[in-house]
Amino acid sequence: MDLVLPGLGLTFWMVLVFGLLLFLLKKFAWKPILSALNERENSIEEALKSAEQAREQMSKLKSDNEALFKQARNERDEILKEARDMKDSIISEAKRSAEEEGKRMIQKATEEISKQKAVAIAELKGQVASLSVSIAEKLINNQLSNSAEQQTIIANQVNNLNNNQQAIA
Amino acid sequence: MLTMPKNKGLSIFIKPQILLFFIFFALFTPAFLLANEPDHTKNNDIKATEATHAKTSEAFNPGKMILEHVKDAHDWHILDYNGHAVSVPLPVILYDNGLHVFMSSKFEHGHATVESKGNFYKLHDGHVYKTDAAGEIAVDAKGKATNATPIDLSITKNVLALLVGAVIILLIFFSVAKAYRKRGNAAPKGLQSLVEPLIVFLRDEVIKPSAGKHYAKFLPLLLSIFFFIFINNLLGLIPIFPFGANLTGNIAVTMILAIIVFFVVNFSGNKSYWKHIFMPDVPKAMWILLIPIEILGVVLKPFVLMLRLFANITAGHIIILGFFSLIFIFGQKNMFVGYGTSIISVAFTLFMSMLELLVAFLQAYVFTLLTSLYIGSATEEHHHAEDHH
Repeated sequence: MDLVLPGLGLTFWMVLVFGLLLFLLKKFAWKPILSALNERENSIEEALKSAEQAREQMSKLKSDNEALFKQARNERDEILKEARDMKDSIISEAKRSAEEEGKRMIQKATEEISKQKAVAIAELKGQVASLSVSIAEKLINNQLSNSAEQQTIIANQVNNLNNNQQAIA
Repeated sequence: MLTMPKNKGLSIFIKPQILLFFIFFALFTPAFLLANEPDHTKNNDIKATEATHAKTSEAFNPGKMILEHVKDAHDWHILDYNGHAVSVPLPVILYDNGLHVFMSSKFEHGHATVESKGNFYKLHDGHVYKTDAAGEIAVDAKGKATNATPIDLSITKNVLALLVGAVIILLIFFSVAKAYRKRGNAAPKGLQSLVEPLIVFLRDEVIKPSAGKHYAKFLPLLLSIFFFIFINNLLGLIPIFPFGANLTGNIAVTMILAIIVFFVVNFSGNKSYWKHIFMPDVPKAMWILLIPIEILGVVLKPFVLMLRLFANITAGHIIILGFFSLIFIFGQKNMFVGYGTSIISVAFTLFMSMLELLVAFLQAYVFTLLTSLYIGSATEEHHHAEDHH
């Protein structure tokens, strides 16, 4: 029966000792231990959070960089393309203008030639006319006494003239 | 892949050696036991000497021996040598119209009458009685002493164990607290890393899920209860002097723990807790039946806590002592049978001690878990009132 009956002395000491133990542990053990545990957990959580943030920032930076890179490449491509276009257009323009110039020069030359020809012909005609006049003068001076002869000379002269004209034409 | 078969081969190589060691150990155990376990082998002699003192040639009585161990005592019996009990005397403190303080060795294990400030006291069946100068103990029909009893506040075996346990707990947790203060947020080290997983486990897996929203308020109490029970359970398993007392298997100790739980649960009970008891959500006709049951439940919960811890720890001590008693029961028939039994007894005791290690943790865990559940149900908010019958 003693086994299941609480003894007075032990009950008294148990209340005293356990009460004291509870007080001392609560004040000097659980308070610092639990607060230190909480603090450490918080600091770990914060560290994890900030690491996560840093990673996010990093990935954002990376994607930013990539976008920038892409943009730069696009710009470069565009500039290259523009340059190529410009080169092409310059070349074609030069070609065209050269062609035009050539054509114009040829035309001018042709005109000049035909002009010079006309001038030459006119001069020739004048010279021929003056030559024929002088010849005619001499002939007339020599042969105007004889009327029959006069007749043949004139006829020859006229014939010659016609032949010359045909040859020139 | 290459190391795997190598390891396997090594373990196969080691196993027969271990086996051989055990066989060797088992063969030479009797002599070994006699040399190293005086505590239990001498229990035989205790009874023998007590028997001779009582002038009856009674044989070894395992029931009496075991009960005397699991009960409280005024001195701490260690062993008997040459028929004389070797025990540590403890202070006896009596209040009987003034304080009477003397060492328990004066009782001479119940054979002497002690005079203190004009009063006479005698130890009888583990209790101190007031007697006349001759030390006469009057006994009633049932064999119970009818003498007057002084108020006995002695430092008994269990009180000493309680003080030793409290000092050990304080040493452990003060040093751990110091480590936390000193090391700040650094990783735990030493004793700190042994205790921290337990504290975190209790807080996050036991108390937080069951004690409800306000669990932080009860954390110091619940942790103190857990470590008080756990450490004293473990100390109770160490069979050397200031340890090995059946402290957490003493009804007074578990009763105080249960009373603390009772007060904490009921003082923290909120409106819905009391409404659940005195105005349950059932037809009013049922109240006649339900209210007494609920009130009974309020008392029964801590009562069961008290009994569970008491019974489990006491049973553990009784079983281990029972196995040792077997040695002496058989040894009385034949010395060599006793030696043979000792092999089996030691093996079983070893096994039981392992089990008791588990029980030491389990009982502390269960006590804490149930206490936090009771607190949780007492502080639960109104709208959950129906879910926790």
